[in-house]
Amino acid sequence: MTPVLDIEDLHTEIKLRRSVVHAVDGVSLTVGAGECLGIVGESGCGKTTTALSVMRLLPAGGHITRGRIVVDGTDVTALPEDKMRDVRGNLAGMVFQDPLTSLNPTMTIGDQIAEAVRLHRAATRPAALARAVEVLGLVGMPRPAERAGHYPHQLSGGMRQRVMIAMALACEPKLLIADEPTTALDVTIAKQILELLDDLRRRLGMAVILVTHDLGVIAGRTDRVAVMYAGRVVETTSTAALFARPRHPYTEALFEALPENAVRAPGADTTPGAGPAPRRLYTIPGQPPDLTAPPPGCRFAPRCRYARDRCREAEPALAGTGAGHDFRCFFPVGERAATLASSGPADGTPAAAAPDGDELLRLTHLVKDFTVTAGAVLQRRVGTVSAVADVSFAVPAGRTFGLVGESGCGKTTIGRLIVGLERATSGRILFGGDDLTRLSGRERRRRSGIQLMFQDSYASMDPRMRVGTILREPLVIQRQGSRASQQRLVTAILEEVGLPASAAGRYPHEFSGGQRQRLGLARALILRPAMIVADEPVSALDVSIQAQILNLMRELQADHGLTYLFISHDLSVVRYMADRIGVMYLGKLVETGPAADVYLRPVHPYTKGLIDTVPVADPARERAREHQGVGGELPSAAAPPSGCRFRTRCPRAQDLCATTEPPLRPFNSAGHQAACHFPLRDPDPAAQVTPGSGSP
Amino acid sequence: MFVRGLEVFLENKLAIAGVALLAAMFAFCFLGPVFYHTDQVHVNLAIENQAPGAGRPLGTDNNGYDVLGRLMVGGQVSLEVGLAAAVLATGLGTLWGAVAGYFGGIADAVMMRLVDALLAIPVLFLALVVVAMFPPTEAELILVIALTSWLSTSRLIRGEALSLRVREYVQAMRVMGGGGARAVFRHIAPNAVGTIVVNATFQIADAILLVVALSYLGLGIRPPQTDWGGMLNSGLNSVYDGYWWQIFPAGIAIILVVIAINFIGDALRDAFEVRLRRR
Repeated sequence: MTPVLDIEDLHTEIKLRRSVVHAVDGVSLTVGAGECLGIVGESGCGKTTTALSVMRLLPAGGHITRGRIVVDGTDVTALPEDKMRDVRGNLAGMVFQDPLTSLNPTMTIGDQIAEAVRLHRAATRPAALARAVEVLGLVGMPRPAERAGHYPHQLSGGMRQRVMIAMALACEPKLLIADEPTTALDVTIAKQILELLDDLRRRLGMAVILVTHDLGVIAGRTDRVAVMYAGRVVETTSTAALFARPRHPYTEALFEALPENAVRAPGADTTPGAGPAPRRLYTIPGQPPDLTAPPPGCRFAPRCRYARDRCREAEPALAGTGAGHDFRCFFPVGERAATLASSGPADGTPAAAAPDGDELLRLTHLVKDFTVTAGAVLQRRVGTVSAVADVSFAVPAGRTFGLVGESGCGKTTIGRLIVGLERATSGRILFGGDDLTRLSGRERRRRSGIQLMFQDSYASMDPRMRVGTILREPLVIQRQGSRASQQRLVTAILEEVGLPASAAGRYPHEFSGGQRQRLGLARALILRPAMIVADEPVSALDVSIQAQILNLMRELQADHGLTYLFISHDLSVVRYMADRIGVMYLGKLVETGPAADVYLRPVHPYTKGLIDTVPVADPARERAREHQGVGGELPSAAAPPSGCRFRTRCPRAQDLCATTEPPLRPFNSAGHQAACHFPLRDPDPAAQVTPGSGSP
Repeated sequence: MFVRGLEVFLENKLAIAGVALLAAMFAFCFLGPVFYHTDQVHVNLAIENQAPGAGRPLGTDNNGYDVLGRLMVGGQVSLEVGLAAAVLATGLGTLWGAVAGYFGGIADAVMMRLVDALLAIPVLFLALVVVAMFPPTEAELILVIALTSWLSTSRLIRGEALSLRVREYVQAMRVMGGGGARAVFRHIAPNAVGTIVVNATFQIADAILLVVALSYLGLGIRPPQTDWGGMLNSGLNSVYDGYWWQIFPAGIAIILVVIAINFIGDALRDAFEVRLRRR
């Protein structure tokens, strides 16, 4: 059978002001009808450029220099632009990462889909609109006829992504390219979108290319995988074979850098922080090579732990064992590290947590409502958004408290309340015995015991300041030390986070993402705070870099006795980092307790659903899992559901849930609490007598 | 990174032409009189309205002043007033806008309503009233123009401050315990510098044109001093006599300077935008 897409020796270059980036360098791929090929790799490896080359939608300065791309028998590399327009949409459709910027805000979604139909088929306007409604139904849009008249801003992120998919499918293409289709979405929504793509591929017999950085997504959804590194395919085989036995050291390293693998590995099951330090994550040293001048020899050699002289001199060809498993390596790795192969689901008994130290931070009945106003001059109150509703928890000194939940659940607002960027509507924040909510702005400013680490360190640093000035700013504001002593501190802290002293003279944009996150950590640390609130500190980073930052955060915690409030949407990262976890849903803390206990024996249906939706980088387990997850979408926080806020999406909800709000109650003596009328298991008898230590 | 900005600026051919043109005009106005001596104080009606010829390359005007020499002297006034007024207006407007935008709320409402009220009065009309009541010296002219033209700058910078104050680096500074003054002077103003500088260049051009307009209406600088607008004004009295040399030199000089400054402003805008491109 001829493949739908056949890429042969593709070279794509992007011209910059002074140099040329060889973004794709000799890539060959094929995808057959009804097949799903995954392209995985870190940012900058050329996976998106490969996808855009197929559509001939390269950014300014980009062009295909060599190779063939045959889509359904047509070589598109040499096609004139007007013929190319027929290929796009008709033969090949594409779904982008950010559905909001990909939709025109001034057109109804029905018109936008119809536009695609009318461009490619000589359809009348009513016929095109009818087709639009039809495909909207196909992608699972409820009430498609009515929704077709809506504008993009009236839809949620998940619904917008469905519209994008509908648009790509409107003319029944034979090939669908999905470029990070779920990266901008919450896990529960991402799962729904991936399932939709899977389902459509089977029903329509399309060929699908799924471009992603997430090994979990690859494991669950693809038939074959191509791992890309520095513009080349370094390993390609069937998904099952790749995960069972990766041969390229880069693939192997990617797996080992995943935090869930560190947690699942034998010997790491003790509650982190309680006993000896957990296993450090494996990190890939260094940075991917500069693609304007790729190194000679194997491109991964400078970062490879098995590299020998031969690797640095000659580049291995993409060759294989004959069984359809090709890789670019002279010295392929053998069986995957035993830690991974042997690790099944960890046993369900959590290790006994060591007694917690003194309490550093305690929130009691914390509430934050945002007022929604209308009108520019005379602002009318039109309602309130309940961002944080009656949240109480305590963080022991020297430990990590992980706060998880989907976007809009209020976890970031809690972080901002704690560092003083927002004022609480009611409730108390006790930090080392002082109530922070009662301090005046001036007093508050003089305290520097809690510092904040941002998700995007680049955005959090003034682009016009040198790093030295940025790091010194907290000391200047707090009037600590002389100029000379401040500079000594800057040098010391740079060394501590693993950056050279010369970094102080450079600007933030000269650093890579991981280095910037080190700078963000350095700035948070320089005032020697007792606590750091880390808001999604690794969400914007690639897996290997993420591992470096997580390791660094742990080392610094051990060295300085730091307390972290670790906010993240990524349950596996939180589980690796945190001693205790709090799960939030729509402003409420629904479950809290020791990390392993919450993760392995969840009590609240939402926690269970959240755990079930996180893609796991293991094809066998990922496919075997009941694909339940959490259905539906997050209700509006401006009008939260009565009673239990989760009841609208809960499979166990009954009448009681709508009328009475469930209180947090203890489930075991280790402080595992949950707010649910119909929990997944009954509380331990012992817990009834002695309430958990974490209860307010 | 300013080096990178400079590179981008220098890649713009029009900008280089603009800088060269402006430098030439400055040299002409301020160095010219050193080499080309003329009497620009005493009226000499014996040689009024002479056509260009030997000894007077651009002829004389209706008072017998040498037009080439007068072009230099008048240019000094035009350039000085334009530059000084623009700097003053930009400074005031930046501070006003940054403070209003950063603090927001009532401060913003009061400060911006004041700006709105002043903007409601046509600039030329306001300037005319003031100038008619107090016939101006050069310093007063600068003040009048600056006080009428800082309004648009403050609106622009306020908008910029509104978007800058929610940037994470400003929030990061607040978490460290920093206050408003630091935010305005260390973070907001420096990061709005692209807008400020670009706006300043256009302010210069506007200020020069405003001086010209005032002088043209006979309310500019007092004789025997003059500026390019005043020269245009006196030249236009004899427009039906065919004395072209009294109109074209000043008119062309105004156009050249304004075009040069606009070229530079455009290029500066590019330079400051590209600054952050990570290439």
